[in-house]
Amino acid sequence: MRARVFVTLKPSVFDPQGKTIADALHSLGYGGVEDVRQGKYFELDLATTEAAQAKKLAAEVADKLLANPVIESYRIEID
Amino acid sequence: MKFAVVVFPGSNCDHDAYHAAKDVLGQQAEYIWHKDTDLKGADVVILPGGFAHGDYLRTGAMARFSPVMKEVQAFAAKGGPVLGICNGFQVLLEAGMLPGAMLRNRGLKFLCEHVHIRVEQTDTPFTAACRRGQVLRIPIAHGDGNYFAEPEVIAKLEANRQVVFRYTNANGEVTDEANPNGSAAAIAGLCNEGRNVVGLMPHPERACESVLGSADGLAIFESVVQTIKSGALVARA
Repeated sequence: MRARVFVTLKPSVFDPQGKTIADALHSLGYGGVEDVRQGKYFELDLATTEAAQAKKLAAEVADKLLANPVIESYRIEID
Repeated sequence: MKFAVVVFPGSNCDHDAYHAAKDVLGQQAEYIWHKDTDLKGADVVILPGGFAHGDYLRTGAMARFSPVMKEVQAFAAKGGPVLGICNGFQVLLEAGMLPGAMLRNRGLKFLCEHVHIRVEQTDTPFTAACRRGQVLRIPIAHGDGNYFAEPEVIAKLEANRQVVFRYTNANGEVTDEANPNGSAAAIAGLCNEGRNVVGLMPHPERACESVLGSADGLAIFESVVQTIKSGALVARA
């Protein structure tokens, strides 16, 4: 199965990269883009065929390595 | 006394730290490869600057899983003095040995310049020979040095006097302009609750000889030599 893990900075954490991208978009005339948050995206190819097991494994590696819980949160999609 | 300088693949300030300990201070020093599981009788452990494991994913994120880190954690748990410099500080944060995390510098640029830091606490093994309020001129070299912790964590750090160094101007005043990277509470370095584990972003090992532009970093190395020799810390790897 494939797990998709989206890691983003927590809402309380300032994202200087997202802010710079938002500023760039504004200067390109995209005033309608109010804010940008930059994050990381991981695709994990998993040996299991069980969705529940895939989600559990993806959460385990996200907790252990992919995300830093002090500044980041994540969500997982399985397909 | 003996310094252990941990070498991760991608460390690049290990030689500077070794040189400061061995040649400038005249102490024993030994490199410890990150796969080693023995700190070889060291009295103090240094996690040096650099880009451990390439700093892929996040700074310090993979180094915390290097085999040697188990020994470093056991040594710290016994009260042994551990100093994390720059990337070494980032490793200590990722390993949970110090609270908080590093974000990209607020100006997004990699910064390589001399800054001023004020010694806030002198009851750590790495500041015992300093004066409270002493201003040190020491270089920084980092892209991710913007210290972050939730406000309640910062409040606890302040209450426990765990903020060891703060970015200031040359007069020792905390100002926004003197904060190079946007760190919360202008934090340049902090210690754990046991006060034996200290991390800082500036590089004292690059400021131990006046020919390098500043010898202010010596105070940090001299502090730990003095602390160990006085017998205040008896942990040994």
